[in-house]
Amino acid sequence: MEEIYAKFVSQKISKTRWRPVPPGSLQTADTFAAGSWDNEENYVSLWSIGDFGNLDSDGGFEGDHQLLCDIRHHGDVMDLQFFDQERIVAASSTGCVTVFLHHPNNQTLSVSQQWTAAHYHTGPGSPSCGSAPCTGVVCNNPEIVTVGEDGRINLFRADHKEAVRTIDNADSSTLHAVTFLRTPEILTVNSIGQLKIWDFRKQGNEPSQILSLTGDRVPLHCVDRHPNQQHVVATGGQDGMLSIWDVRQGTMPVSLLKAHEAEMWEVHFHPSNPDHLFTCSEDGSLWHWDASTDVPEKSSLFNQGGRNSTFLSHSISNQASVHQSLISSWLSTDPAKDRIEITSLLPSRTLSVNSLDVLGPCLVCGTDSEAIYVTKQLFS
Amino acid sequence: MEEMHQVAIAAKDPAIGRQFSSQVSILSAMELIWNLCEILFIEVAPAGALLLHLLDWVRLHVCEVDSLLADVLGSENPSKHDSFWKLVTILVLQGRLDEARQMLSKEADASPSSAGMCRILGDLMRTMPVLSPGNTQTLTELELKWQHWHEECERHLQDSTFAASPHLESLCKIMLGDEAALLEQKELLNNWYHFLVTRLLYSHPTVKPIDLHLYAQSSLDLFLGGESSPEPLDNILLAAFEFDIHQVIKECSIALSNWWFVAHLTDLLDHCKLLQSHNLYFGSNMREFLLLEYASGLFAHHSLWQLGVDYFDYCPELGRVSLELHIERIPLSTEQKALKVLRICEQRQMTEQVRSICKILAMNAVRNNRLGSALSWSIRAKDAAFATLVSDRFLKDYCERGSFSDLDLIDNLGPAMMLSDRLTFLGKYREFHRFYGEKRLTDAASLLLSLMTSQIAPRSFWVILLIDALPLLEEKEVVFSAEQTYELMRCLEDFASRRPVWREPGVQRIQEDVENTKLEMLRLALARNLGRAIIKEGSLEGS
Repeated sequence: MEEIYAKFVSQKISKTRWRPVPPGSLQTADTFAAGSWDNEENYVSLWSIGDFGNLDSDGGFEGDHQLLCDIRHHGDVMDLQFFDQERIVAASSTGCVTVFLHHPNNQTLSVSQQWTAAHYHTGPGSPSCGSAPCTGVVCNNPEIVTVGEDGRINLFRADHKEAVRTIDNADSSTLHAVTFLRTPEILTVNSIGQLKIWDFRKQGNEPSQILSLTGDRVPLHCVDRHPNQQHVVATGGQDGMLSIWDVRQGTMPVSLLKAHEAEMWEVHFHPSNPDHLFTCSEDGSLWHWDASTDVPEKSSLFNQGGRNSTFLSHSISNQASVHQSLISSWLSTDPAKDRIEITSLLPSRTLSVNSLDVLGPCLVCGTDSEAIYVTKQLFS
Repeated sequence: MEEMHQVAIAAKDPAIGRQFSSQVSILSAMELIWNLCEILFIEVAPAGALLLHLLDWVRLHVCEVDSLLADVLGSENPSKHDSFWKLVTILVLQGRLDEARQMLSKEADASPSSAGMCRILGDLMRTMPVLSPGNTQTLTELELKWQHWHEECERHLQDSTFAASPHLESLCKIMLGDEAALLEQKELLNNWYHFLVTRLLYSHPTVKPIDLHLYAQSSLDLFLGGESSPEPLDNILLAAFEFDIHQVIKECSIALSNWWFVAHLTDLLDHCKLLQSHNLYFGSNMREFLLLEYASGLFAHHSLWQLGVDYFDYCPELGRVSLELHIERIPLSTEQKALKVLRICEQRQMTEQVRSICKILAMNAVRNNRLGSALSWSIRAKDAAFATLVSDRFLKDYCERGSFSDLDLIDNLGPAMMLSDRLTFLGKYREFHRFYGEKRLTDAASLLLSLMTSQIAPRSFWVILLIDALPLLEEKEVVFSAEQTYELMRCLEDFASRRPVWREPGVQRIQEDVENTKLEMLRLALARNLGRAIIKEGSLEGS
């Protein structure tokens, strides 16, 4: 069973993110960033889980994560992303987007760039430029896309002072999260349960596609794209429901899986093992979804490279065409027939788990009970 | 607490170092009180065992002994160490006689002249009767044995066996419980409760709990010797020795700056059924009162309010009401925080609070022109009135500008449309526009008619609906059937008869004129359509 290390850090953690390892290197993740919220002074901090040769006088357990450096952050940290090895982008509840730079030689963080009024409200009732929280940020070097409660989408480029492109009033409700589909396309989810795809190559302020559920318009809080198949997207909703979508096919999700009892805050596909999905929720649990069960006896039309794909039986999607060359196990998984193994990773119920991130065999998550949990043996 | 201690030592700035040290001392005082309360109130140790517990208590809270012990033992010649006798004295004061004996044997090895005396003293130490936990001795047996042993020590002292070594002599006196000897060791004892326990150990080992306070009071007086007045901590401990729980709680509340310690202590004691229910003037008992105070304090903190919720849950009488009042007043700076608060309310079926919080959020959204957000909040609260307000806003926008804003929202309302009539009307009206745009004219026509006849359209919108019928009536083909045309006519007359008649001159007159013209056109179109419809239906292909 995995070993999970917990550390109480005296601040409620809203986001945790692994620092990406350089491509092609054999290192595993060893540093993560954490952002806090709801304090009078919030901090963005960097932590290290590197093995220490000998226990230092702190008496920390071997493998316990240690604080490297931190820096004060105005407003709650609403979202956090690593832009590259040294830079971290933080989205704030004051509507400001900040790029922090990490100096490894003296272990400090400093502000490298800041867009202070990235998100704001303009309305007949609000004072001019009342600030609006920025709710989501996603990076794809050199571009940074942010979305906020003002329904605005901003495209920034590092080292440019102004936004390269802004889509005002992209949505009449709050945009909760954003992710890149293909490089010029992004996908946003909002609080009336819609997914919208935006193409930056097009002019105009209209989305190129809108997808939504037919049932209740449950707000969607998080979204993540399958690492290899750019048309497969997973979203988590306010009622804890996990939905898998195929953005090429129709406007409805491929599968709906009843998951948590409260809002699902984050969903992540594992970047190198995409058959594994992780979700965390307000109800204090973190689940590991394993869809990689092999079903060898079911014959199918397609036999791709050693992995049998299960036969196509969808309960919801009316996917007529079977000429798919690559079938994701998520799209073709019928929850009634094939088993998805779900394990809960946290040892005991805590307050809400606000954030999680996975990289290689390592997982980190942050909770409202002021604790950060790290495990380095996810697939033991 | 250890971390804080280390930080205090390591702090470069002396002010911060002092602050940390004071925090450490407060925390250790709290631990002291807590442990004593555990021993006296919860374990309710009887005579005999009581002393053992008190000995443990003192040993736990005086920790320099171990480091000193390690120091001395680690040195080359332990008995020649500066602090050797100090160490042995402390060990005896704490009742750790086995270790004291070991030290004495080292001294005996080192200086043969005092070997004999050390041996005798060592024997005395070994033979001191103590109540071991598993022992089946009765108290009287122990008392007898102890009395016997005491007399033997007395005899040795009077025989001046230890006259040669003043150290050993004072040790013997301590073991006899001689108060003067004990008071000489004030520095080593450090505080009066240590003095109390040592005194009891060597003079009244079978002390009964009810007699404890007498000894406590006298120990305090003797120790302080009139030099200094008792500190708050001393008062609290005295109250504990007197088994006056309420006094302990009262003194702690006064001495400490927040309710954390007192609330938890009271809760623990209440669970052990030790607190008689005090009827405070608003009807709840002391435990609940303190828990409520503590939880209210948590709610005043910017981030600990989530913990406060759990505390309120455990207050049976006033907890829920207090939670309801507090939770509405948490400042909501972001939607995510609001969602967490709402989840807490929904888990406890506090629908009123959900409604009021959602209303506030929805109003903010409307002010910021985020109509989609406003709608999603009113859906969450199932607040039909607010949904009506939002839809009115949309309809007003349409009247002013002639087109809808936020089509993505209206087109995709889904089942949420049913929340309020106005919202349904909005959705259906937009559908009518879509039908018209897609040239599905019969569908558009029947939808329009149903909108008018089903009474869900607001009065102010009727004229627009009627005007919208005009292009359908003017189409080449007959869109409205005869029945439908009759319906339309009825609606028109209905509307015309109930139209408010404006009396103000000027602009209103012009508007009225325009309207009248429109209605005239409508009547004409309806009549024409009726004619065509009747003909069409009357002819062969129509029947």
